[in-house]
Amino acid sequence: MEEGELPWLLVDEIGGIRGILHSHVPFLKKHFHLITMKEFLENRKDIGKKVQAIYLWWHKPVINKELLQSLPSLKVIANSGVGMDHLDLKLVASFGVKMANAPRAVSSSTADTGMALLLASARRLVEVHNISISPSMKYCEADILGVKVAGATLGIVGMGSIGYKIALRAKAFEMNILYHNRTQRKVQEEQAVGATYCKKIDSLLQQADFVMLVVSLTPQTHKLIGKRELELMKPTATLINISRGAVVDQEALLAALQTGVIRAAALDVTSPEPLPRDHSLLKLKNIIITPHLGIKTDKATYMITEEAVENILAALNGLPLPSEVLPS
Amino acid sequence: FETCGKDCSHQVCRMELAGQELPYVLVDSIGERFGVYEDHLGFLKKRFHLITMKEYLENKTFLSKKISAIYVWYHRPVINEELVQSLPNLKIVASAGVGIDHLDLKLLSSYGVKVSNTPFVVSTDTADMGMALLLASARRLVEGHEMAVSPDTEYFPADWLGVEVSGATLGILGMGTIGYKVAERAKAFEMKILYHNRNQRKKEEESAVGAVYCKKIDYLLQQSDFVLLAVTLTPQTHKLIGKRELELMKPTATLINISRGLVVDQDALVEALQNKVIKAAALDVTYPEPLPRDHPLLKLKNVIITPHIGSATKKTRWVMVEEMTESIEAGLAGLPIPREVLELKDM
Repeated sequence: MEEGELPWLLVDEIGGIRGILHSHVPFLKKHFHLITMKEFLENRKDIGKKVQAIYLWWHKPVINKELLQSLPSLKVIANSGVGMDHLDLKLVASFGVKMANAPRAVSSSTADTGMALLLASARRLVEVHNISISPSMKYCEADILGVKVAGATLGIVGMGSIGYKIALRAKAFEMNILYHNRTQRKVQEEQAVGATYCKKIDSLLQQADFVMLVVSLTPQTHKLIGKRELELMKPTATLINISRGAVVDQEALLAALQTGVIRAAALDVTSPEPLPRDHSLLKLKNIIITPHLGIKTDKATYMITEEAVENILAALNGLPLPSEVLPS
Repeated sequence: FETCGKDCSHQVCRMELAGQELPYVLVDSIGERFGVYEDHLGFLKKRFHLITMKEYLENKTFLSKKISAIYVWYHRPVINEELVQSLPNLKIVASAGVGIDHLDLKLLSSYGVKVSNTPFVVSTDTADMGMALLLASARRLVEGHEMAVSPDTEYFPADWLGVEVSGATLGILGMGTIGYKVAERAKAFEMKILYHNRNQRKKEEESAVGAVYCKKIDYLLQQSDFVLLAVTLTPQTHKLIGKRELELMKPTATLINISRGLVVDQDALVEALQNKVIKAAALDVTYPEPLPRDHPLLKLKNVIITPHIGSATKKTRWVMVEEMTESIEAGLAGLPIPREVLELKDM
């Protein structure tokens, strides 16, 4: 790197549908020379040599072998968000490139989204809002009753930082908390939120009034919730998904909702996003779908960028990364 | 129906033993939009002879002397002087929910009629509703759902953002049972909590939720990202939030109302929302309920409206039925009435 020149950071685009937010650009430009994919593709050879870092925003740019080969100086890829399922971690590592995600910035916002969906589904918020503003307002009070949240059982599948923050919130709503996780949490952590460990997911599914999915997407969690799991759930239960669409067998979910195998679902994530406009899930009355709200607040998105920059600067300076992700 | 035994205090058991008929209780309607739920009928009919307003009006001469209680469900039937005068044996009015602003307490008291409500059972669900509205508004949940299911949606834009709840400042107006439960929930979201109340809460209660007392409402309004109304409707809280108060609020703030429509100057609210004086509103209560279909509040994108469902869960509605029944039976037996409403100032 030339003396006095800022390191070159490659991003997909700025602004537009999926681009880096304009409000983040001044902060990024303080630390980096920003290059978009468009600029890179116009002058691959010269620009390719200079790029030392990539900042992934909503999973773009796509990281493949071709791109990695054309960026000989690349040291680090920072991801906006915590999920890394869109990256081939082994491939990236094989090029000697470090990877980082942004777990701190994500957890509170995503936990808030989970609770927002749980409450909205329990109290039928979207349904009754639409009734309230409808021209005819035809309804029967007895028909729009919701489910009482206090005293109900919440089953959290995946008790990482996000899952734990959900438990903290749910405890304040006087919910009973069960959880299933690869590993059991420490006793003090369990006690702080009054959570009971379910080694087998079946036990959680059978007891929960609300099942909240907060796992990472891995080969083990792909279609974690299928026909069998849905049938284990109570017919009065609600499924909430804030992890990844692929964690749920979508066709099985559709059938379960249509036939009353479970009461309702609230999905912040689907496969794909958005769903095709003729998808049957969109037509159901007992579903709430949100456009991957997870971290979509001004504060959380800015914190994500800050966390990414922290990781990138650490990598470029040969220091330990605050949130490095290694291929497992 | 089996009686408990000779010495129990249940009105119905004593009447059964005495071979009397069940007490006549006036209700607005059965089934239909706001009527007594079909699910609850079995329970009620074991204890009372239910008379609908329609039946009463058709047979006033016979029924007026028989009716000893009124079962007020969804603020109906409306109880005016004419009705009270024509029911000489009316002893008790049991009202569902905690709010009693729809009842003329002075009138009823002057006729020696007792009143009961169901104050505590509604608190948790109503606090939950307050949080549900706060979260839904902040994260643009209703708008988001519409986008997710709309036939025109091709992609989800990256710059479509909501407002962060965790760590934000919540100002609670009215820190009674419901307001306090809201504070307990908000604390778990690491929210900073300010509150305004007729009286300051005890230090331990404040510390438990990290709530800071604001003697003057102005400071609370200026500092809050979310302002939640959880007051009782009284002459003092009527139009508590008007043009002045809305202008004190941050332009990025959201107003959440789970108390009564009349606590807010609705016209001032419409103007404030249209002119971006505040960011958004989420209302479980309006005036009237429902709003006329051409009301501007129904058309604003930054407004969520729910049809007064604060306590509308199956479980809670059941408990309300049981509590109201208990209050009526006690009132008719001349025993101390659980959840009796004495005077407005006790609220």
